[in-house]
Amino acid sequence: MLKDLLRSEPSSPSLHSPPRKPGSTQPLNRASNGLDQFFSSLQDQESLSILDFSGASQANISFITSMGHRIYSNDALRTLEEAFGSGGDFIANQSDPERSALFLRENLEFEDRTFDGALIWDTLQFLAPPLLQDTVDRLYRILRPQSSLLAFFHAEEKAETAPLYSYRIVDSKIMSLTPRNQVRPVQYFNNRSLEKLFQKFHSVKFFLTRDHLREVIVRR
Amino acid sequence: MWNKRKEEEYPPKSPATPPAPTSQIKENAPMSTNPAPSHHVTESRGPASIGKSVMIKGQIFSREDLTIDGEIDGSVELHEHRLTVGPNGKLQAGVKAREVVVLGTIHGNVEASDKIDIRKDAKLVGDIKTARIVIEDGAYFKGSIDIARPEAARTPAPPQSKPQATNAASTHAATPATAAAGDSR
Repeated sequence: MLKDLLRSEPSSPSLHSPPRKPGSTQPLNRASNGLDQFFSSLQDQESLSILDFSGASQANISFITSMGHRIYSNDALRTLEEAFGSGGDFIANQSDPERSALFLRENLEFEDRTFDGALIWDTLQFLAPPLLQDTVDRLYRILRPQSSLLAFFHAEEKAETAPLYSYRIVDSKIMSLTPRNQVRPVQYFNNRSLEKLFQKFHSVKFFLTRDHLREVIVRR
Repeated sequence: MWNKRKEEEYPPKSPATPPAPTSQIKENAPMSTNPAPSHHVTESRGPASIGKSVMIKGQIFSREDLTIDGEIDGSVELHEHRLTVGPNGKLQAGVKAREVVVLGTIHGNVEASDKIDIRKDAKLVGDIKTARIVIEDGAYFKGSIDIARPEAARTPAPPQSKPQATNAASTHAATPATAAAGDSR
């Protein structure tokens, strides 16, 4: 169950950036090269459609709509819990075709080439391989050519849990991370596995940060 | 004599300023046993509301502010007014209003020409088109958001040779710009 994976105890200090106190629930502002690259790709364009998986957030909605874009907002982690969190093991449940279809329908039921950009944040690292590939394939379909996708993957291989954050946009280069819980990632991703995962896409660019967050910009 | 002259002088005023409702009631009272006129009741009641035990299937049109705390399946239109969906309100409906405040649940598309306010614990699944939006932390929203800018803001100002039209355009343009700045906070 996802609830078993979500632990509310103080997080492992090794997973946090140095100035952060363990178990802190205060938002942390940090610079993000990935976010900077993502918004650079939207520059000088208006009326684009952006998919945001962070859930209803005044900050993200205001920032993106103030640029003249349309935002589609959804809390993907919430639907992840709704689809796989009840009855049985959270990861094993992802092999259930009906549950997987529910997850894809709730999050990615759009016409082909609907979006000009997607802020996926760290959702993908909690998906088991078959569903993960289905999700990435669906993302490929709903994104327009030349559009960008921003995703995060926690990069510490030995960590048993990874911090789960709410991501809020402060400006085009800075985001605010509010800790939600500690979560066991389904798998560890290195550069090679990410390249393989996004092999359909035109290009994949990585930024490895000091706080063990691998920021990935994928160009459709 | 004096009285007659006074009566002749007063009548012209009466069409312009009708007598107060209370005086009407006094005059009517001896003539009828009907309850007080309905307009008297209208003036004394509060904003229109649909209670939490009410369920309606169909279309609702309102020319005044409306609070819904019950269940609606259909559509709700209050073009120039405010719709408040109370904590118990459940709408399976398309909504059009000047301003929408959501404390309950809406499944349907919402068009708010001025503003939509989604409060904590509210749930909205549907596409939103509005000029301004406020979402409190704890609200659940799934759908797209289109910030509609009034046409006047997009229309380029006419040439200076037409001063009246230029003034009108610049006045309208200032308002949406202010509103958009307010959104981004």
